[in-house]
Amino acid sequence: MHFAFDEQQLEFRAQLRAFAEKECTPAAIRGAWTSPVGWSRPRWVALAEMGVVGLTVPEEHGGMGLGLVDLVLLLEEAGRSGLPEPLVETAALGVPVLLDAPGKQGEALRARWLAPVADGGAAIAVGMSSMPAVPGAEGADLLLLERDGDLHAVPAAAVTITPRPVLVGSRRVAQVGWEPSPATLVVSGFEAAGVLAGIEDRAAMGVGAVLVGVADRLIAMAAHYAQERKQFGKAIGSFQAVKHHLADALVRVEFARPVVYRAAWSLSEGDPEARLHASMAKAMASEAATVAARTALQVHGAIGYTWEHDLHLWMKRAWALAASWGDAAAHRARVLELLLAHPSA
Amino acid sequence: MDLRFTSEQERFRAEVRSWLEANVPSPSRGTGPLPSLDTAAGFEAHREWERTMFDARWSVVSWPEEYGGRGAGLFEWLIFEEEYYRAGAPTRVGQNGIFLLAPTLFEFGSPEQKARYLPAMASGEEIWCQGWSEPDAGSDLAAIRSRAERSTAGGTGGTGGTGGGTGGTGGTGGTWVLNGQKTWCSRGAFADWIFGLFRSDPEAERHRGLTYFLVKMDSPGVTVRPIAQLDGETGFAEVFFEDVEVPAAQVLGAVGEGWKVAMATAGSERGLSLRSPARYTEAAARLVELYRRRAATEPAGAARRADAVARAVIDAEAYRLHTYWTATRVARGGGVGPEASMNKLFWSETDLAIHTTALELLGDEAEMLGDDGRPPPWLDGFLFALAGPIYAGTNEIQRNVVAERVLGLPRS
Repeated sequence: MHFAFDEQQLEFRAQLRAFAEKECTPAAIRGAWTSPVGWSRPRWVALAEMGVVGLTVPEEHGGMGLGLVDLVLLLEEAGRSGLPEPLVETAALGVPVLLDAPGKQGEALRARWLAPVADGGAAIAVGMSSMPAVPGAEGADLLLLERDGDLHAVPAAAVTITPRPVLVGSRRVAQVGWEPSPATLVVSGFEAAGVLAGIEDRAAMGVGAVLVGVADRLIAMAAHYAQERKQFGKAIGSFQAVKHHLADALVRVEFARPVVYRAAWSLSEGDPEARLHASMAKAMASEAATVAARTALQVHGAIGYTWEHDLHLWMKRAWALAASWGDAAAHRARVLELLLAHPSA
Repeated sequence: MDLRFTSEQERFRAEVRSWLEANVPSPSRGTGPLPSLDTAAGFEAHREWERTMFDARWSVVSWPEEYGGRGAGLFEWLIFEEEYYRAGAPTRVGQNGIFLLAPTLFEFGSPEQKARYLPAMASGEEIWCQGWSEPDAGSDLAAIRSRAERSTAGGTGGTGGTGGGTGGTGGTGGTWVLNGQKTWCSRGAFADWIFGLFRSDPEAERHRGLTYFLVKMDSPGVTVRPIAQLDGETGFAEVFFEDVEVPAAQVLGAVGEGWKVAMATAGSERGLSLRSPARYTEAAARLVELYRRRAATEPAGAARRADAVARAVIDAEAYRLHTYWTATRVARGGGVGPEASMNKLFWSETDLAIHTTALELLGDEAEMLGDDGRPPPWLDGFLFALAGPIYAGTNEIQRNVVAERVLGLPRS
């Protein structure tokens, strides 16, 4: 039992943090809100040069050849820094699908897409037919889309995109028009069910990791504000009503974090309980981020309710991601369902 | 990162499991369950169980062998705890000593003190209770007024002067005289020894001038008044000290440094050692089985609690994983600081949530006592869990600690 990251993993996170402090400032995030697709191509290429985008792409295709345990810390950091780029969709969801895609179609997909992902030339979006709209569809070069239980790979040129106005300007969603065909089919039937479940589980873990980072940032912003803002002649952070709100929110984040890390490990090891672990992770992370957002707003008071203050850049991301790929209650329901499926003790 | 136990750890688990299966008091062997440990007979029965474990060297696996342990690592201790709860083994009557005082003794005790107290603690021969709170010092522990004064030479009682000890000068010779009152001493009704804080320098700033004493409960001048708890049994007690003479060898840590020593004990109480995750994961597993049974007989009622059941199970699992996370850090030489307060908040709320949910699932059956007049396990566990947010420093105090020392907010 050794539940910790190694030096290399921690160093990679430190590099991403240093990068984001320069390249992903609140002003840069606001820039993304008003940009064509909600994120930045140049920043995507820079992230690819660091090895972040192609982290899960094998080395022979120009990637780092690393796994989900290496990725999870970077996703958390992406949440903390408010990075708008589609890292979860590309590195955690899309690339593993391409790596496991069977047959000639799989070979063709890998040959066509893995190198461009690794060098920042391509981004992937993933959409299920149950979703009202596909996150990141506008900027994606390759879309992995489910219909009738089958999974298809559709290049951007073959889809029509209808953007849907959405609360978070740096996380766009769109309706996608497309026609399934034998040429787009990646996997079908029973085999597809496993692939789709894998996508759901990696999404629960990956979005959960981002949410932990978002929650961490929200609490840090609120704690900082509580130290600076004075009322009744002293910092509002000296009042217990404020302290207790923040302590409770911090506890939710602190205990969500190892659950998310464990999910990453179980998924990368193919643990038979990985689905249970992924749902536990998303349940904990969604709730932690929701509580952190609510607490951070209350601690900020009216200034946090303004468009001008940066708080909403993270708060709205927390709301959107908390619901994405199943909210906390949906994942708790799945946890109980999976536990009851075990024979009784 | 590797979240598998090693094959040595799995062998250790198998060994623990087979010993517990053969030895835990059980109805099938006519040896259990033991009577409540908060009764005189139950206390002695639990003491015997400690002795049985000690003889097989299972009572304190993580301690060095010279004190009766196995020199096992932190993860082996966690494995032991998982198996202990899984086996439904008796509550540790020695827990205040083993889990709270012992880590403090290892850190601050002299070699003589360790040799004197640890083996007898491990065997159950000497059961310890805790003497911190006073009628006017609960959350505000530094407000304690019970005092310790150096005895005049030859000391045969009397309160010898008013100056008290002077901080830091220590020395192992001489005698102290204790006066005052401690309360809410868990296991106090039947314990053999008490550890506690006394004011040794009334002139010093209130966190200074405190000294940590180890006192025999049958010392002349000690009076115990048992207090019945919510379940009607005397789980804790008031302890009165009237000119109680204590040799200086029974001071733990330096004179005047009692607050620092006590905070180490509090860290153990809030952090890793008192509440191993097994208590909660085991209760959570039983909660799932309770839900399964109720879903078969009362599907509508069970469905209303499904979300709470899942939440309780996930929180228990989160506590387990967080403990592994912390244990990995500690095993590599890291420490546990104010984050112990986050642990305490989380385990106490989780424990309460698990047991509240169980009682809700049981509905009208929840309040029924057993034929022996005792609360059955879920009700008993609920009553116990209710104390969690109060003892070891109330959760309000923990939130202050987290806000001030983890988040850096200014003191009130």
